[in-house]
Amino acid sequence: MCLAIPARVIELTGGDGARVDFGGVRREISLALVDDVSVGDYVIVHVGYALSRLDAEEAERTLALFAEAGIDVVGTGADGAVP
Amino acid sequence: MKYVDEFRDGALARKLAAAIRAEVAPDRRYAFMEFCGGHTHAISRYGVTDLLPPNVRMIHGPGCPVCVLPIGRIDMAIRLGLESGATIVSYGDCLRVPASGGLSLLKAKARGADIRMIYSAADALALAQKLPSRQVVFFAIGFETTTPPTALVIRQAQALGLGNFSVLCNHVLTPSAIISILESPDVRELGTVPLDGFIGPAHVSTVIGSRPYAFFAEEYRKPVVIAGFEPLDVMQAVRMLVRQVNQRRAEVENEFTRAVTEDGNLKAQALVAEVFELRRSFEWRGLGHVPYSALKIRRAFADFDAEVRFGLDYVAVADNKACECGAILRGVRKPTDCRIFGTVCTPENPMGSCMVSSEGACAAHYNFGRFRDVPVVAA
Ligand code: SF4
Repeated sequence: MCLAIPARVIELTGGDGARVDFGGVRREISLALVDDVSVGDYVIVHVGYALSRLDAEEAERTLALFAEAGIDVVGTGADGAVP
Repeated sequence: MKYVDEFRDGALARKLAAAIRAEVAPDRRYAFMEFCGGHTHAISRYGVTDLLPPNVRMIHGPGCPVCVLPIGRIDMAIRLGLESGATIVSYGDCLRVPASGGLSLLKAKARGADIRMIYSAADALALAQKLPSRQVVFFAIGFETTTPPTALVIRQAQALGLGNFSVLCNHVLTPSAIISILESPDVRELGTVPLDGFIGPAHVSTVIGSRPYAFFAEEYRKPVVIAGFEPLDVMQAVRMLVRQVNQRRAEVENEFTRAVTEDGNLKAQALVAEVFELRRSFEWRGLGHVPYSALKIRRAFADFDAEVRFGLDYVAVADNKACECGAILRGVRKPTDCRIFGTVCTPENPMGSCMVSSEGACAAHYNFGRFRDVPVVAA
């Protein structure tokens, strides 16, 4: 039911409308449920409506947490030593 | 693609898997329910289960909107389409769900009903404007993500004074379904569904925020981690849940901070509150009647309520006897426990709702996981 991937806003088409790009697939969606979205922003779209905007800084932070996984493994080790 | 590729990175996935392996207590079993069908799909598609240690088990929850819709609700739309001649529009997956008498909305179309597929609520409204001489009924389903668009078009229809548009509302609420699972005998008394925590839905949480889950953490002592839909998001969430269990914490944590805030989407929430109110009770497939678990259209918008306009009544109908969807939605059974899984029941010819949408547990297992459990026999 939902294309669960983020879309990049490429054009504001007037009213609440916008054209977005889902990694190559372009669609008309509605921005009626979100405020202050501009061209270049990434949004989460569900059944043709943007539900929220993606926060670039938070995304970086989450990726940094993933990257820590490698370090943790070394830290805890198989012998169960606590870092 | 930004926000996608980096959250699907295979090398990082293996690192996260190693981190999870290092953190689980070898003598303990962990069982986590992913509530949302989008997570079920991601877990099956990317083989996340194969990356997890054997003592971490993922249980599918009742978060696929098409799956939880009971037969009786689809029958209402089919009857309306066949008997009153109204045009029924809905999202694609809804049209294929098996209903009474061997019918589905699609099969009703073959019998002459005017049934059409739409991509968004706006399409439903636009169709009503295009066909002023026909009654257009939007068969609206879904959790908190699809409800705000439905609210929006009802309000627009009122503003436009459209006399030929109405909504058959089946919108349901995530927190009520989680409570129903936690209160079920399987979890509370029988222990047939061990549950150590939940992966909180991604899109639903963008709308309702992380706050509504605090109740589960406090009242039921179950950790909740809200996660995005990419495989690394799910793995990180599992890692956070394992950590909470190990440290005997039960908190709401948010892995999906790039899209989910504590408050959620206030604009969408206000719109939903304006147009909808709670139903006293609603029947779910698998969960039965769940109090205050669904929405109905407020009186102020009664002109756009198909149940009022056409005097529709809900008649409960038992599921197909062979189908285990009900038990699967409660987390009690797995798709492969069903005798007709993959033989009689396939995505091309679904017997139950869980085989219809790609978010359904049976369809996800059929499409991505069904060969994993098949033993390899030497010729
Ligand atoms: S395989 Fe088909 S019949 Fe069996 S539980 Fe799944 S959807 Fe129902």
